[in-house]
Amino acid sequence: MSLLDVRGLRKAYGALNVTDDLNLSVEKGELHAIIGPNGAGKSTLIAQLSGQAGSDAGSVRFDGAEMMGQPMHARVRAGMSRSFQITSILPGFTVLENVAAAVQARRGSSFRFFAPVAGERALNDTAMEALARVGIAERAAMRAGSLSHGEKRQLELAIALATAPKLLLLDEPLAGTSGQEAERLVEVMRSLKGEVTLVLIEHDMDAVFSLADRISVLVYGRIIATGRPDEVRTDPKVRAAYLGEETAEEGA
Amino acid sequence: MTRLTLTRAWAATILFAAFAILPMIAQALGDSYLIVIATRILAYAIAALALDLILGYGGMVSFGHAAYLGIGAYAVAILGRAGITDLGAHMLAAIAVAAVFALITGAISLRTRGIYFIMITLAFAQMGYFFFVSLSAYGGDDGVTLNARSTVFGQPLLENNTALYYTALALLIGLYLLAVAITRSRFGRVLTGARENPLRMQAIGFSPFRYQLTAYVISGCMASIAGVMLANQASYVSPSYMDWHRSGELVVMVVFGGIGNLLGAVAGATIALLLEEWLALLTKHWPILFGLILVLVVLYSRDGLSGFFRRNRS
Amino acid sequence: MTNLFLLQLLNGMQFGILLFLIAAGLTLVFGIMDFVNLAHGVVYMVGAYLVVTFTSLTGSYGLGLLLTLPATLLVGLVLELSVFRRLYERPHLDQVLATFGLVMIITEGVQVIWGAAPLSVPMPELLSGSVPLIGAMRYPVFRLVIIAAGLLTALGLYLVIGHTRIGMRLRAGASNRAMVAALGVDIGKLFTVIFAFGAMLAGFAGAMVAPVLTVDPGMGEQVLILAFVVIVIGGIGSVRGAFAGALLVGLVDTLGRSFGPILLRAVMEPAAAGQAGRVLAPMLVYILMAVILAVRPSGLFGAKT
Repeated sequence: MSLLDVRGLRKAYGALNVTDDLNLSVEKGELHAIIGPNGAGKSTLIAQLSGQAGSDAGSVRFDGAEMMGQPMHARVRAGMSRSFQITSILPGFTVLENVAAAVQARRGSSFRFFAPVAGERALNDTAMEALARVGIAERAAMRAGSLSHGEKRQLELAIALATAPKLLLLDEPLAGTSGQEAERLVEVMRSLKGEVTLVLIEHDMDAVFSLADRISVLVYGRIIATGRPDEVRTDPKVRAAYLGEETAEEGA
Repeated sequence: MTRLTLTRAWAATILFAAFAILPMIAQALGDSYLIVIATRILAYAIAALALDLILGYGGMVSFGHAAYLGIGAYAVAILGRAGITDLGAHMLAAIAVAAVFALITGAISLRTRGIYFIMITLAFAQMGYFFFVSLSAYGGDDGVTLNARSTVFGQPLLENNTALYYTALALLIGLYLLAVAITRSRFGRVLTGARENPLRMQAIGFSPFRYQLTAYVISGCMASIAGVMLANQASYVSPSYMDWHRSGELVVMVVFGGIGNLLGAVAGATIALLLEEWLALLTKHWPILFGLILVLVVLYSRDGLSGFFRRNRS
Repeated sequence: MTNLFLLQLLNGMQFGILLFLIAAGLTLVFGIMDFVNLAHGVVYMVGAYLVVTFTSLTGSYGLGLLLTLPATLLVGLVLELSVFRRLYERPHLDQVLATFGLVMIITEGVQVIWGAAPLSVPMPELLSGSVPLIGAMRYPVFRLVIIAAGLLTALGLYLVIGHTRIGMRLRAGASNRAMVAALGVDIGKLFTVIFAFGAMLAGFAGAMVAPVLTVDPGMGEQVLILAFVVIVIGGIGSVRGAFAGALLVGLVDTLGRSFGPILLRAVMEPAAAGQAGRVLAPMLVYILMAVILAVRPSGLFGAKT
């Protein structure tokens, strides 16, 4: 059985079908990339899967349970986390606190009013591990808002990891990063393979084709092809709808 | 401990120590009115502290917190008339009623955001105002004079102004420590996080609503204790405690002291009330000056008063 | 009983219309500018005071009213240009504080100029009569004039907003500010116009009720909070919502006060019903607001979230 099974998912803004009868299966342990031209509805899809945006119809089964109608925080607790394309952190918190808050969400009640949270070793240690994993452990005590853009992208990933997800939805994790930062993030994602199931939306085709076990191609709200990277690369439909546009862009 | 928390601990110690020796200064000066003003300041400081907990840390701009002053004040009047005079009982009743009122109105207000939240809290406070205006048994619009202040262990200890003052001070210090603990706890982290970025908090598995509502109820309960103190100080209770101007003054106090800085709320209450007293000495039309100061401060402070939102964080 | 009901129905309508005049400008300011204005109630009050002065200067209520309209428009302009326009980009908290400061200044300022004692303006003789309702009951002409004037204003607003260029910009501005700015509309100028116009409507309301109410420094505050309730019920930014909300609040408040105790008597002892009715009636509109919000958090005509 697939870890994530999406059937007949729909969403329309007025007359525009952003997600149009979409079907998608993500197997446990795989890194499943979703690519598609701008405006194909990739970010909307992530928003629908994570529960940030509602859906008009369809079913989203995750780990055997129906997620439709569940709010975002419930889906996260069920093991489905996401990162944001536009960095979404707690800027006034320290880097460590950003991640520790995510650990706190799944460990014990947060209706505790008296004990100082800053001293909770268990939370901080787990948070430090996540920070070390993405490579910004030495920034732990800094205000998150004062990090560089690349570091914020790393923090974004660390926060998502700290929720201990079974499935991680990554919305353009490399957006706006420079070469070295991007390499670092690609290595982190590679190290996650097999450990966490990943759905990756990304524009960096080198990263996608080097990381993905399978790729789905999304065009006008529909998946037009799914397969191994080499299959997708040679698929005529994909070449027509997507890669064609890509070459045109490169030529411009 | 970081240097910031140490500095703040020192500032708190100094401020509260100053309050503690004030009665002696008043006695030395032979100024008995000083203690009356100071008791009012302490009571309002409790309310401002309560408001800062949700406004500064939770980002909820409540423009109806005077409702809880009224609830606390009427708890004293109503129980007192029924023959229950114990201060503890008065506070418990105030807290219980405030909790219920905050739970219901908070649950509705928190379904909305921004401008809506401000207007709805204001409207609900006004509802409370009219409720007490229509209580003709307790003087309606005119209010009612208390037969006696609350008792402690059956003794009329609080009839002494100095004893009442120290009771208010003890309550303020206790509630301040409680509020500080809350802001540094697990709960406080979720509350502050939901102010900074509610979407992020949902994306790590929190439902902000539950935490915000809990904070709103805690804040209402704390503010009701301020009402109990105010009623005792004045020995008089009227719907004017719930006037929307008073809600506005509470917000002003929090802002004067620096938002999201609990000790600042205490300082802000002190500054605002002393400013009022001082301006009232200059002219009977002092609200014009007070309003003018308020407008100018908002317009010409560097990044707006709410810049404190970003600057003051533990 | 039917007569009393009809009478109270008219009173409720008149109150609702009044609230609409105040809420209409306010809801546009809230919706389009995302701006909290606590000082709208004092403009209503200033309108009432001005009509008192202008009427005694000119000796005619009609002329007084005609002078009050541009005067309150001017008040709105001055407030917008001097204070409000610096606050649009600020957090709501700053807006609340600054406008609260203005409320203190203007409320006290009015007492410096006109004194704290309530004033009144004589009813214009032409409109001081009454018309027969059913049977022996009569209804004052002036109150009917208030209703008519309010309905005409509502109609005018409907036409302006629905069928003119500025109305189109206004609606566009309410739904998408950046878009309107991108189309080259001077959003600052649009805001100034809306603001001044809203102030004039509030001033108009104040001037209209001056002959039937006493004019005092507290008159703006009650209606301000009720106008908030109206806007919350109707949905922020919707003039249609403000109209529906205002009539609803006006009717519920008026009818609740007179018929609440009577209805309660059906299920309670008379004495208890009287007491409960007195307590409940003033709270009714707030309970109504709570119920509507519980069902529709963005109000009756508000944008769905």
